[in-house]
Amino acid sequence: MTGTNPKAHLAETPVEKPSAELAAETDLQIGGSGGDAGGTLLDVDSANMPGSPTEGMVSTPEARTAGFALGLPARPALLSGRAWLALLVLCVVVGIGVPVCALVLPDTNPLHLSAYAMTLVGKLMCYALAALALDLVWGYCGVLSLGHGLFFALGGYAMGMYLMREIGHEGKYQSDLPDFMVFLDWHSLPWYWRGTEHLAYALLLVVLAPAVVAWVFGFFTFRSRVKGVYLSIITQAMTFAAMLLFFRNETGFGGNNGFTDFKRIAGFPITHPGTRTVLFLLTFAVLVVSFLGARAIVTSKLGRVVTAIRDGETRLMFLGFSPLSYKLFIWTLSAVLCGIAGALYVPQVGIINPGEMAPVNSIEMAIWVAVGGRGTLIGPIIGAIAVNGAKSFLTANFAEYWLFFLGAIFLLVPLLMPQGIVGLIATVFSRKEKRE
Amino acid sequence: MNASTNLALPAVQIAANEALDTVASEDTGPHLSGVTSGLSHFLVPGEIDVSHGTILYLEDVTVRFDGFRALNALTLTINVGELRCVIGPNGAGKTTMMDIITGKTRPDAGRVFLGQHIDLTRLKEPAIAMAGIGRKFQKPTVFENHPVWENLELAMKTDKSWLASLRARLDRSAQARIEETLSLIHLEDQAHRLAGELGHGQKQRLEIGMLLMQKPALLLLDEPAAGMTDHETMELAQLLNSLRGTCSMMVVEHDMDFVAALAGETGVVTVMAEGSVLAEGTLDAVKRDDKVIESYLGR
Repeated sequence: MTGTNPKAHLAETPVEKPSAELAAETDLQIGGSGGDAGGTLLDVDSANMPGSPTEGMVSTPEARTAGFALGLPARPALLSGRAWLALLVLCVVVGIGVPVCALVLPDTNPLHLSAYAMTLVGKLMCYALAALALDLVWGYCGVLSLGHGLFFALGGYAMGMYLMREIGHEGKYQSDLPDFMVFLDWHSLPWYWRGTEHLAYALLLVVLAPAVVAWVFGFFTFRSRVKGVYLSIITQAMTFAAMLLFFRNETGFGGNNGFTDFKRIAGFPITHPGTRTVLFLLTFAVLVVSFLGARAIVTSKLGRVVTAIRDGETRLMFLGFSPLSYKLFIWTLSAVLCGIAGALYVPQVGIINPGEMAPVNSIEMAIWVAVGGRGTLIGPIIGAIAVNGAKSFLTANFAEYWLFFLGAIFLLVPLLMPQGIVGLIATVFSRKEKRE
Repeated sequence: MNASTNLALPAVQIAANEALDTVASEDTGPHLSGVTSGLSHFLVPGEIDVSHGTILYLEDVTVRFDGFRALNALTLTINVGELRCVIGPNGAGKTTMMDIITGKTRPDAGRVFLGQHIDLTRLKEPAIAMAGIGRKFQKPTVFENHPVWENLELAMKTDKSWLASLRARLDRSAQARIEETLSLIHLEDQAHRLAGELGHGQKQRLEIGMLLMQKPALLLLDEPAAGMTDHETMELAQLLNSLRGTCSMMVVEHDMDFVAALAGETGVVTVMAEGSVLAEGTLDAVKRDDKVIESYLGR
């Protein structure tokens, strides 16, 4: 088992399930037909443990007659026991610690969470969710999208429309219409703004807008078997075109100013510490659930098919798989996750404008994934937080050097740590194990 | 499948082709129908009708690449259960022929049928694979970042839609099938290793194992012995011989010892040259054929 391999953790999970449990499960599923497999097959032979050193191309006849068994669970475990424990601890700490630090402790307490800190971490978590989404298509399916900023912005705009409507009469012009429409001398809402005053509908849009755009785009590009760098360039063009469209005042999304000056969300004042805390916890919960959902997908057979598309699409087609539907599924799901990240980002940051669709934003997303380690799910989360944490620190203290730093990461990471932070940690651990 | 192209087809063929798109069969072997006696038989959707004893027809197939005729009115039939060896010099069009059968390349002219009713020129690669044609590439093509058992799992004959894959559970019977194939290709000990770590000969065997997991009715093998040691080659010949009766096979090969081991004294060998069939017969017969000696074997 190689420590640097992104799928190494998959190989750790089998064989752990007791064979009795396995047998019970099988009986439920396939009834009597499992009987012919014979009892000996259920005995997990220690010689078949993953990673056991094996030599010789032809196995001994004894091994065959003794009943060779793979001994795999029907579904691999989502996370290892230790990972579950760590996640649980993290959830408890954040779930209790954040509300206490933000709402109960007074401003003077050093542990008090300021509005700035909450917004910053909330923002980082949104970026982490976007990076997780990009990892699904890039790390697992081999589709490098340089246009995920568009899906992020679409989710953000859908949420922004609702937040603009929630302002009500409290805008500068005290009109029913959002301020920018009054400024443009519009007298009624465009048709696509209808219904956006309802949060539920806005949330539906958050999911549907990126999903529809991604599905249509994906259908035509994947069906034409556009791959590799060509696909990346097209995604880049897609987000750039959308940016130009959203910059126009006539498009009806506030032109280059976008949406800002939000007052309320679901009736609660948006800058109130309580509202901020709820938004923070919501973002955290969505990130955790998305991570587990993504884990479930990549450990399923669909996940194995998707990585096979990445590694050998032609072989897979000759095995009877149609890659189009698999790619569309993972691509659309990724776009939706990115849209949800954008929708959580806007109320916390308080602004959305077409700048979010700028090609450089999408390229930065790819950097987060590469820095963290693609094809690992946890890596991109770490990468997004690390790179953006550094960005916040550097722009606050050495503003003029930030871009040099970004460029350096872009050059050095692929050269020095091709597997990213997670790969680096795995290598260090495997070396330590070897020494012991 | 494109509905508009179907309009020109006879109704039976549409039914057969459509059934292939939705084929979601259980643990059954190659679908063959029509082998019953009597004058009439029923067409079963999704099954290959081999009532005339032939599983593959190629009729006057022509393929041009920039004016060069890679295949030139090639006509070839394979019988049910046959192990056919195809030999010929480089550039004879052997690999192009496999590309045509598996849907990778479309012919400029000619007809390609699997059984009596399945028109392969109208199907895409995945549909052809699901119809029962397995293909082994010249270079061993396995999923190097997947463990050996996952390679076999991916190949297993089952519903291959994305939703089915998302829900799929690796139940006992599926594992039993993987174990069975692992022992057939002698890779039990390597089950949990990454396929990329295997040796060349092991990869070749794994790929054949993957094809067997598909339960194909027709296996196409493009130079399966390439790069193997003599010992490995003979083992492979043994393996292929043991598969006789479970499926029909077409083997493209250069290694004459390997061909001799496969064809035996009675098996039919097809010699291709310049995109069409030059000679057909037992290995001894074609070896004595003047045209074959002229263009391929040399004097």
